[in-house]
Amino acid sequence: MIKHDNSSRELIAFRIGEQEFCVDIMSVREIRGWAPATVLPKSPPYVRGVINLRGAILPIVDLAARLGFQPPEPTVRHVIMVAQVGTQVVGLLVDAVSDILSVTDDAIKPTPDVASDMAKTFVRGVLAIEGRMISLIALDNVLPTLEPIAA
Amino acid sequence: MSATILTVDDSRTMREMLKLALTQAGYKVIQAEDGVHGLEVLKSETPRVIVTDINMPRMDGFGFIEHVRADDTYRGIPILVLTTESDAEKKDRARRAGATGWIIKPFDPAKLIDAIRRVSA
Amino acid sequence: MDAMAAVKQTFFQECEEQLAELETGLLAMERGEAESDTVNAVFRAVHSIKGGAGAFSLEDLVQFAHVFETTLDHVRNGALEPTADVMGVMLRAADLLADLVAAARDGLSVDSGRSEVLVTELTALSPGGVGADTEEEDDLSDFSFTPVTVAFDFSDAPADAGRSYTITFKPRPELYAKGNETALVLRELERLGQMETSCDASALPQLAELDPEGAYLEWTIRLTTEKGEDAIREVFEFVEWDSSLTIQASDADADVDSGAGSTEDAFAALLRSIQGDETALPTATAEIIPLPLAEEREAVVEVEAQPAKASAARNGSGGANANANAAAPQTIRADLERVDRLIDLVGELVINQAMLSQRVMEAGHVPGSAVALGLDELEHLTREIQDCVMAIRAQAVKSVFQRIPRLVREVASMTGKQVRLITDGEGTEVDKTVIDRLNDPLTHMIRNAIDHGLEKPEVRIAAGKPAEGVVRLSAMHRSGRIVIEVADDGAGINRARVKAIAAEKGLIAADAALSDEEIDNLIFLPGFSTASEVSNISGRGVGMDVVKRSIQGLGGRLSITSRPGKGSTFTMSLPLTLAVLDGMVVTVADQTLVVPLTAIIETLQPKPADVHGLGGGARVIAIRDTFTPLIDVGRELGFRNTATDPLVAVAILVETEGGRRSALLVDTIQGQRQVVIKSLESNYRHVPGIAAATILGDGRVALIIDVDTVIANSQSDATILEPVLAAAG
Repeated sequence: MIKHDNSSRELIAFRIGEQEFCVDIMSVREIRGWAPATVLPKSPPYVRGVINLRGAILPIVDLAARLGFQPPEPTVRHVIMVAQVGTQVVGLLVDAVSDILSVTDDAIKPTPDVASDMAKTFVRGVLAIEGRMISLIALDNVLPTLEPIAA
Repeated sequence: MSATILTVDDSRTMREMLKLALTQAGYKVIQAEDGVHGLEVLKSETPRVIVTDINMPRMDGFGFIEHVRADDTYRGIPILVLTTESDAEKKDRARRAGATGWIIKPFDPAKLIDAIRRVSA
Repeated sequence: MDAMAAVKQTFFQECEEQLAELETGLLAMERGEAESDTVNAVFRAVHSIKGGAGAFSLEDLVQFAHVFETTLDHVRNGALEPTADVMGVMLRAADLLADLVAAARDGLSVDSGRSEVLVTELTALSPGGVGADTEEEDDLSDFSFTPVTVAFDFSDAPADAGRSYTITFKPRPELYAKGNETALVLRELERLGQMETSCDASALPQLAELDPEGAYLEWTIRLTTEKGEDAIREVFEFVEWDSSLTIQASDADADVDSGAGSTEDAFAALLRSIQGDETALPTATAEIIPLPLAEEREAVVEVEAQPAKASAARNGSGGANANANAAAPQTIRADLERVDRLIDLVGELVINQAMLSQRVMEAGHVPGSAVALGLDELEHLTREIQDCVMAIRAQAVKSVFQRIPRLVREVASMTGKQVRLITDGEGTEVDKTVIDRLNDPLTHMIRNAIDHGLEKPEVRIAAGKPAEGVVRLSAMHRSGRIVIEVADDGAGINRARVKAIAAEKGLIAADAALSDEEIDNLIFLPGFSTASEVSNISGRGVGMDVVKRSIQGLGGRLSITSRPGKGSTFTMSLPLTLAVLDGMVVTVADQTLVVPLTAIIETLQPKPADVHGLGGGARVIAIRDTFTPLIDVGRELGFRNTATDPLVAVAILVETEGGRRSALLVDTIQGQRQVVIKSLESNYRHVPGIAAATILGDGRVALIIDVDTVIANSQSDATILEPVLAAAG
């Protein structure tokens, strides 16, 4: 683990398939177990639908599908990270939450050139920690707000 | 202890302006929305000076002043009439009703305070 | 200055209220229904606006309000008869005043030509004119707000500068009766400069004869000041009428009377002179002689009689409360956000209660068991709380109706038509969410009624009708909804022409046999009115189809009935709130959906012989000899790819825009219930075909179908069917 200092920040790491990703812990509000979502018609494949989060309608984004991986068949072991994205609150479906990391900004390295276009849209940098490679994700674009409505 | 001023005006705007000017000058302000309400307030409060509008629903300023002057318990309270009516006829009616003095709207806060000082010890 | 900005905001809020009161009052006067206090209330409204505007140096507003007020004053004192012509000018003046207020608020300016025209008209109405005589001009100049810094310590003024004045001042008893005090006047005078005072107490009677409210003293004051006589007169402003006062300028160097001293000295001397017995004076003061004269007593009686009268007038015709103190219900102002939060929470409570009930039933508690009975009670209470909370946000439609008279006047003058507006049911209450969205459709309906409904005066006269047309706007509650009607007594729908236009535009087959009702409803068809036909009054580029759609977007319906030569009535029915909705809960491809009940006409089980394929997957269902498009909701929303077998499904007959009907094919119907509407957009975005979401008793989200969009989307694939279908019908 990396020592705390002034420029350190906390990240929450999670798994999608064999890969590890992380987001700033400040944007994560809570972590819940998977519950079946209500399907939204004519939505992009990575939008699983909506669930009831204490009276609010929460869209669920399948992060695996969003990042271009094979989407999983969700089970009770899957996890929803409830995250704040701008003014909206979004549920992110991931396989499991693995770690809370405290890192300094200089531990975050640029995304390697070999990454796919999809990865470049979301990945802000990579961390190498104890032999693991963890991609730092920005959540700004996870919702399909700027895309044309799927036909 | 700061002196209390009763303001009687049906206009919320005017009540707020009066309150602003008076509180800034260190007075405590109680408010009434018309003459009837003003008399109601006087049952429980004894202001140092009353500032009243003339044109109000239910009971206008003239009626209010006459009531105040007719009641032994508070007849001596100075009453300043606050009104846009600057013509002699209105002033005269206010005076006949028993007004102590008057302030022409739109009032200048300094003149308002000055007028209050002129009628109160 | 923040505090001042807040007061200014209050001023503009208050202006809105005053303008509304003004218009209501003027309209009552115009109808000859004015009560005794109406003209006073109208005058007061303009007067208050003027007063506030003066304080904020809103010159345009002050100037116009002054002219308006002066003319109103003539009506008030009976010098000017409120004839129809006069009231017409007054109403237009009220409109201009509203515009001036809005302009002042938004920092804009109003076309000065309009002001000038109305000022001329108002002045012409006034006996003797307004603003012509100099006294009025002086009055106006009073309103220019010039902050003056008043030096509080005049006493610091150089004592030997300026002139000397000799003032004699003899108060009369009235001076004291009005709350003035000689001591205060003298104190004030002393601020102006160097002052010496002497008191002539020779008129003072013996203590036993002393009238405590009498006035026996005469003061002679020698004042040296640089302030001038006007400043001295100002000190005596409040008291000069109740005293004998002389002010004479004398030489500054003149010797001061050696017998005179300071004010305090004079008072001390006075006190000594009248008091042998030191306690006598206060005792005497306690025995107060009733001051008011007989004349004043009468005035008092009259004033006491006024409140009840005034409040009865204020309560209007329904004024059951004659008591002034009980005149208005007490109200509080609450932050709308807090109310909305409360409504959200109660919505949660309703959902939770439903979930709890479901769990309890699943746990095997039978209806009638103690737990179930307790839950029933909880459900009852929850509903009651919900109703109460919703009632907090309820508002009378008056706030919307109040804008209509002005609209009517504008449209009438633009179209050259004579219109009388009659409103009814202004007190009908509906949730704020609905109120906020009533204005646009209503505006359009009123415009349409005048522009397309009413005939021009000469046409009306030729038809044996009065030149003046009537538009009646009414609101009422009917079976849990609010119904708003706009009725005109115009020519009614010209069915031959409507049919011709529809055929010309390919909306119907030229030889389509349509009922009168169907023809009338053609005006709601998209594409019926085009920009070239829509006049700039009715249209603003918007056809009745858009109005109907926007009303349906609120869960409402719009319909028309028309009788040739007698006029048309547009009826808009809306839910009382947009926070909850009555829906039919259905299942489609394992998804639970809600269909708004307002759209539904009936449900039916399709029979094999009734369903016909039209190729390309399109199907119709025959319902009572009419072919109705059959819309497969599962396919339309993309929940399934294969067509639903209509024979194992349920068809829900719905009415859509233009009054046309479609049948929605769903798998099963679960039942009807009231659902709390939840936004999809707040955390996601708009979804085509879906109006909103809700949360069901099991805690899961169900989507509420946007019936119009689902049908419109399905028809975009099959628009060519339209003429065929109409012909078939």
